[in-house]
Amino acid sequence: MLLRTVLHLAAFLVLPPLVLGVVNRTKSVFAGRVGPPLLQPYYDLAKLLRKGAVYSRTTTWVFRAGPVVGLAAVAAAGLLLSMGGAPAALSFAGDFILFAYLLGLARFATALAALDTGSAFEGMGAAREVTFASLAEPALFLCLLVLARATGTLSISGMLGAGLPGAWGSAAPALLLAAISLFVIALAENSRIPVDDPNTHLELTMIHEVMVLDHGGPDLAFILYGAALKLFLFGAILSRLVLGRGDGALASEALFFLGVALFAILVGVVESVMARLRIVRVPQLLVGASVLSVFALVLLLR
Amino acid sequence: MTIVPVLGAIALPAASGLAAVALRRRPAAGQAVACATLCAGAALGLVAAGAGLSGGELSAPGLGLRVDALSAVFLAPICTVCALGAIYGLGYFPQAALGARAVRLQLYYGLTTAGMVLLVAASNAIAFLVGWEVMALSAFLLVLTDHERAEVQRAAFVYLAATHVGTIALFALFALLRQAAGSFEFAAMQGLSGAGPRASFAFALALVGFGLKAGLMPLHFWLPGAHAATPSHISAVMSGVLIKTGIYGLLRVTGLFDAPPAAWGTMLLLLGGASAVLGVAFALAQHDLKRLLAYHSVENIGIIALGTGLALLGRARGEPALVVLGLGGAALHVVNHALFKSLLFLGAGAVQHATGTRELDLLGGLARPMRATAILFLVGAAAICGLPPLNGFVSEWLVYVGFLAAMERGGHELLAFAVLGVPVLALVGGLAAGCFAKVVGVVFLGNPRSAHARAAHEAPRTMLAPMAILAAACAAIGLAPAAVLPALVRAAQAWSRLDPGLLAPPAARASAGAWRVSAVAAVLLLAASGVALLRRRLRAPRAAALRQAQGERLVETWSCGFVAPTARMQYTGSSFAELLVRRFSWAIFPRASVPRLEGPFPAEARFHTVVPDTVLDLGLAPAARGFRWLATRAHLLYLRRIQFQVLLLLATLVAALAWGFVW
Repeated sequence: MLLRTVLHLAAFLVLPPLVLGVVNRTKSVFAGRVGPPLLQPYYDLAKLLRKGAVYSRTTTWVFRAGPVVGLAAVAAAGLLLSMGGAPAALSFAGDFILFAYLLGLARFATALAALDTGSAFEGMGAAREVTFASLAEPALFLCLLVLARATGTLSISGMLGAGLPGAWGSAAPALLLAAISLFVIALAENSRIPVDDPNTHLELTMIHEVMVLDHGGPDLAFILYGAALKLFLFGAILSRLVLGRGDGALASEALFFLGVALFAILVGVVESVMARLRIVRVPQLLVGASVLSVFALVLLLR
Repeated sequence: MTIVPVLGAIALPAASGLAAVALRRRPAAGQAVACATLCAGAALGLVAAGAGLSGGELSAPGLGLRVDALSAVFLAPICTVCALGAIYGLGYFPQAALGARAVRLQLYYGLTTAGMVLLVAASNAIAFLVGWEVMALSAFLLVLTDHERAEVQRAAFVYLAATHVGTIALFALFALLRQAAGSFEFAAMQGLSGAGPRASFAFALALVGFGLKAGLMPLHFWLPGAHAATPSHISAVMSGVLIKTGIYGLLRVTGLFDAPPAAWGTMLLLLGGASAVLGVAFALAQHDLKRLLAYHSVENIGIIALGTGLALLGRARGEPALVVLGLGGAALHVVNHALFKSLLFLGAGAVQHATGTRELDLLGGLARPMRATAILFLVGAAAICGLPPLNGFVSEWLVYVGFLAAMERGGHELLAFAVLGVPVLALVGGLAAGCFAKVVGVVFLGNPRSAHARAAHEAPRTMLAPMAILAAACAAIGLAPAAVLPALVRAAQAWSRLDPGLLAPPAARASAGAWRVSAVAAVLLLAASGVALLRRRLRAPRAAALRQAQGERLVETWSCGFVAPTARMQYTGSSFAELLVRRFSWAIFPRASVPRLEGPFPAEARFHTVVPDTVLDLGLAPAARGFRWLATRAHLLYLRRIQFQVLLLLATLVAALAWGFVW
């Protein structure tokens, strides 16, 4: 059991850039390109870690602390993540609140680092990020509440644990709604299309990318790695939620990692076939996700 | 234990201002003696609070004093914040420079402190009301400190009117309770029945009287103006602890009833949710630093009310888990909010002291000249947003878990719907994080936006030390929350009178969770130091080589290739919050005066916005003006001629006769 937890934590720290690689490969297949190698994100991180950085004269220690705190917070959230049906390293009633607030801490640190540059563009990006996050937060909590209610537990390990297959038997419609809503939130929280375009090159239209314009070298590596970890966190929850089966440790592990890969491919597909939404449309998408999960919750509460 | 510490905590602060009066020829010494006396009283108060929190009870029925765990939860922050505020005042409001104004301030400051201690330590309604009025009236005089300014006069008048309406409601409330119990002693009132119209009327009176002081949403209208108009250490005391006496009163009175109806809890949940969401929305729309912080008090009072409502529901439905988590969360949030909100107000005071302005869009870049203030303010900001590993997270977490327990225990009954408080709290947390990203970003980061901000200097040690103590307390509670949990359970027990055996299982569960929160916090700190260390090692050789080759690689911020950006091109606080404020256009009505720019060389123009408080400026003030207009009209009509008066007399007589005939 302990070994399994250690292996899961190792997987959490090692695999995320690969997930990013799968997303990029999917997009290149759709575009008819050969595309970068699957391991390209690792090479990018290694390159950035070896580089120097350029700093704006305006920035202070807040700018330098932003990526450090951001990465540490997302990594700490991994302690609470249950993978493949096995309990997380730490779990307690209400741990998903800590999980969400750790992601909030990472966002707060990134937004402050962006404001520290004194750039109008980065201010704009930070304003958009906190706006959309404050709408995504209730939706995320509602999805997790649906899971908690359906499985009768209050911890992430319980929600994604042995009780999940049974919950699909008794509360399939609600769980399906929650899964759809959670996928929308995952796209928004990880700044993917249709909310934000990670490949855009126009500062005026960016959200997350514009906040990290002035970061370089190891700082940028921490930010990219942290973003990959966050994508993995959401992929892991969705994978277990949709494909969760209780029979056999090995089978459920295999199914879990397959699910994460499928999640990456799905993100790539969405990115290839959809255009980015206009920024004024994004709140409607997020409120829609909230309404969907409120509906799911009411289905279970009545 | 003896009652002496409580007596000292009332008498010493009350007398502390006299030292400033007596020694007014030697102002520095006078202020130091006054501050030391107040701190000594506060230390005695902390001793009493410590005894109350660790299960003891200080009681002197003859004097009308009694400190139990519930009083102690409020007594501890009152003493801490008032003492630290007095120390801060040494640097911020020096008697040597300000003379009579500072002497008056210290006189009323001591009285306010003593009033608050008396009211939380009172064991009967009379002592409670004496403390309440001493506090309310001396706080009015504190608000009037800068009495020459029209803004201050208006804020003070609105506060006085609001507090007196509240006091009338409280007189009625305690008269009602006396009628039911036959005595003014709280002990005799214990165990009143919660059923029937009399109890409901009492609850409604308590909601108005205490809600006005606490600043629950429709009754918050006096708060932003009063907190913005006073010197910052007074704002810290008012926002940090004075408004909490409203919460204390509400808890004390609801604790007197046996089995309060579920409707009370539901009412508080609704009011608390509205306060929390609208409080933070109004805060986002502000561009005056202290008004913004004041609206955040409305938000936090809302969170406390959510916890209290949950605990009341728990008592109505016989669910000890809800009582422990709801009241524990509310009580801890009372303490936490006292710590981080006074830290933030003291920080705002340091900013105002250094730059002479509270206007967000005139500040910027203060993290360089005011490094220590910036760090401490950032700690307070992260704490108030409920971000781990600080104390705000812990109390919000307890309330969250309380809502989850309602879902767990409620089955398919209506109680389970209380869980909808979770997304409300999540929304509030997200909005608060956005708001404090704005505040910290606009005030401390980027480039200075005006000459005020460029001339800033660091605050003196006497101002930084109290802030450092508050920040340390925020971190300590955040890192080891399980250590304060037993005291919270005692407070819940003192309030609900439930059997300790019933409260123990949910308390043990919460404690297990709290230890794991500590573990994650420790990992978070370890991970952050690890990454920081890695960053330093990666940068060290590079930095040395670069410094040798071409000096530091410091450049301008990237602005799409534009090479000479100015401070005025930065995002302002108003534009930062605009996307969010627009979501609340149904409740917030900002007024903008937009100049018209014409011709190729437009003349200098000014753009400015005002955000009126919807309740005060758009509701109460026009209503009061209309009422005055009506009254003057009626008065004129009556005065104009004698014949009309006679006619009125006759009409009244006829009406009275008609009444007699018909019935």
